[in-house]
Amino acid sequence: MLVAHLSPLAASLFSLIAIASLLLAFVMLGSRWLRHYLYAFALESWLIAALSAAVGYYGQYPELYLIAVLTAVFRGCLLPYLLLRIVRRLNVARELHVVVQASSSLVIGAFAVVFALVVATHIGDTLGLGGTVVVLALTVMLSMKLIGFLMLTVRHEAISQILGLLVLENGIFLGSQILVPGMPLLLEIVILFDLLIIVACFGLLVQYLISHVGTTSSLKLRRLVG
Amino acid sequence: MVGALLLTIVLAPSAAIVLILLARRPRLAEGLNLAASVIAFLAALALPALSLTGAHVYWASYIILDPFGAWVILCSAIVYLLASIYAIGYMRLLEEEDSLPRFYALFAGFGLTTLVGPMMNSAGLYWIAIELTTLVSAFLVAFERAPESIEAAWKYIIVVSGGISLALLGTVLFYWAGSFVLGPHYDMTWAVLRGAAPQMNPAVLLLAFLLVLVGYGTKVGLAPMHTWLPDAHSEGPAPVSALLSGALLNTAMVGIVRYLAIIEAAHPGPLPRLVLVVLGAFSLFVAAMFIVRQRGIKRLMAYSSVEHMGIMALGFGFGGVLGVAGALYHMLNHTLNKSLMFFGAGSMMRSYQTKDIGAIRDVGRRFPVVGALWLAGAVAITGAPPFGLFASEFTILRAGLRGPQVWAAIVMALLLIVIFIAFLNHFREMYFTPTPAEAEPAPARPVGAWCAVPMWLALVPLLVFGLWWPEAIWQYFGAIAHGLTPSSGVIGTGL
Repeated sequence: MLVAHLSPLAASLFSLIAIASLLLAFVMLGSRWLRHYLYAFALESWLIAALSAAVGYYGQYPELYLIAVLTAVFRGCLLPYLLLRIVRRLNVARELHVVVQASSSLVIGAFAVVFALVVATHIGDTLGLGGTVVVLALTVMLSMKLIGFLMLTVRHEAISQILGLLVLENGIFLGSQILVPGMPLLLEIVILFDLLIIVACFGLLVQYLISHVGTTSSLKLRRLVG
Repeated sequence: MVGALLLTIVLAPSAAIVLILLARRPRLAEGLNLAASVIAFLAALALPALSLTGAHVYWASYIILDPFGAWVILCSAIVYLLASIYAIGYMRLLEEEDSLPRFYALFAGFGLTTLVGPMMNSAGLYWIAIELTTLVSAFLVAFERAPESIEAAWKYIIVVSGGISLALLGTVLFYWAGSFVLGPHYDMTWAVLRGAAPQMNPAVLLLAFLLVLVGYGTKVGLAPMHTWLPDAHSEGPAPVSALLSGALLNTAMVGIVRYLAIIEAAHPGPLPRLVLVVLGAFSLFVAAMFIVRQRGIKRLMAYSSVEHMGIMALGFGFGGVLGVAGALYHMLNHTLNKSLMFFGAGSMMRSYQTKDIGAIRDVGRRFPVVGALWLAGAVAITGAPPFGLFASEFTILRAGLRGPQVWAAIVMALLLIVIFIAFLNHFREMYFTPTPAEAEPAPARPVGAWCAVPMWLALVPLLVFGLWWPEAIWQYFGAIAHGLTPSSGVIGTGL
C-alpha cells in the first residue's frame, strides 16, 4: 500500500495537487464564461498529469510516467483543443439562462464537499487510515463527482454538459492515481483513448444539434416528454 | 473450439464493418450485415452447451466464456439476427439509399459491442465495452437526423455517460478494496475479485457495489435512472430500438449480476439484494404509470422494456435457483418478444405515418397476418399464457414468495395486472375501435416479407418455450445459479 509509508513531503505534495484540482472545479462552477471552464479544465488535467508523475516517482511506479505523459497530451492538450473547436462553432460565449446563480451553486458545491468529507472520513476510519492522504483523495474524488453532477444539472449549454462529464472523469482519475496507482496500465490507456472518442462523439452530436435542432441549450430540448 | 467460436463472433461483424465501409454499396451492406449476424448467431448457438464444462479463459484472462455469459451472448445474437433481417425491409422504406452503408456499419458495430460485453473478464474492460455500446448506439438513435432523434441521442449520451461514470468510480473502489488483500498490482477479473471479497473491507465494498448498481442500472434502464430509455427507444429506427431493448439492456445487466455475485461472496447481509429488489419494483411501478397514459406507440414499447428489466432485476434480486432461472429465461423471452413488438410498431408507424396510438386504427382488418402476429406478441408481453413470458414471470414470482421479500412479489403481481390491462387496452383501441366515418383513412402501405418473417421467427419460439421448457435448459440455469450463489462451494469456477 503506497499511502502507508509516504514521506511527509510526498503526502503534502499529493494533497496540494488534489486540493488545487478541487479549487479548479469550483472555478468552473463559479464562472459563467465557457472559456473559463475550458482553461480550468485544461489546468486541472495538467495537475493530474503532475500528480501521476509524482506518484510514479515517490511510489516507484515507472509506468505512471507514461500515464503522466499521455494524460498531459490527451487531457491537457487534445481534449481542450477539441472542446475549443466546439466552442468556436457554438457562437455562445457564456451561459445565457442560469437556473441557479453562480454564487448559489458555489454554496451547494461547498455542501457537496462537506458531504464527501463525511463519507470519506467514515471510510478512512473503518480502514484505519484516518487522517492520511487517502481521506483527502476520497474526498476530492467524491466531491468532484458531486460537483460534476451539479454542473450537469444547473448548466444547459451543450459544452458545459460535456465539461461536467469530464469533471466527473477527472475526479475519478485523480483519486485513482493516489488510491490505486498499481491499476493495470492497459486499462488506464484504454480509458484515456475512450475519453477521446467520447469527446469526438460529443463534437459530432453538437454539430447535429446546431444544424438540425438549431439550439445547443438543453432547456430547449423538450419535445420528448411522458 | 470455444476460442474459435468466440473469435468468429467477434470477427464476423468486424469484417462486415470493414467491408461495408470499403464497398459503400447499399445492397451489399445489407447482405454483409445479414451474413455477419447469421454467422454470429450460429456460433453463439453452440456456446451454452460448450460453456458447461467450466469457465474458458483466453487472452491473458481478459476474455471469459462462462455459462452466464454464453446465455447473454446467445440472447444478443438472436436479436441481432432478427433485427438485421427486419432492417432490410424497414430501412428501404426510409428511402435514404446513400446513408444505408453508414447505417449498417454502425448497426454491425452496435451488434458487435453487445456481443463482446458479456465476454469481458476484466471489470475495467467490461466498463469500456459498455461505454462503447453507448457511443455507437447514440449515433444509431440520431440516425434519422430529425430534431427529436437528435434530442433523444443527446439526452441518451449525457444521462448514460453520467451514470456510467458512477460505475467507473465503483470499479475503481472495488479495485482499491481488493488492493488491501491482493497487493497493488493484480488482474481485476471477476473470479479474482470474488475470491478476495470475503477479506475486503465491507464498508468500501458496499459503497462500491451501490455505485456500480446505480451506474450500470442507468444503462439497464432501472427507474429512477431510466429517463433516457423511452426517448432513445422511441426515436431510433425500429431495428435499432429492438437491438437497444433486446441486447443492450441485457449486456448491462450482466455487470450488475456479476458484481452482485462478488459482493454476495462477502456475506454483506440483505442490503445489496434489497436495493436491487427495490429498484426492480420501482421500475415496474414507473413503467405501469407511464403505460397507462401513453400516447406514443414506440414509447409504449420502451416503457414495457423498463417493466421487463424491472422484472429481471427482481428475479436476480430474489436470487436462488428459481429467481436466477426465471430471470435468465425471462431474458430470452423478453429478447424475442420485444423484438417482435418493436418490429410490429415500426411497421405500423411506417404504414400509418404516425407514432400516435390514437391515429392507428383497424390494424386487424388492414393487416390480417402482421396484425395478428403483433397482437399475439402484445398478449405474450403482458405475461399471458401460453407464451414464454408467463412461465418466466411465474417462476420469478414463486422465487419472490419463497424468499424474505414477499412484499416485492405481491407488488410485482399487482403491477403486472395493471400493466396487463393498460397495455392491452391500447391494443384494443388500435384493433377494435372503428375509424371515425369522416376521417379519411390514410393509404396504408403493405408490410413486406422482410418485415414479416422476423416476426414469425420471434413468435414461434416464444410459443414453444411457453408450452415446453426443456429439461436441459433447467439444468443449465441450475448450473448458472450455483455459479452465482456463494454457498454452493464452487466459488470461482462458475463466474
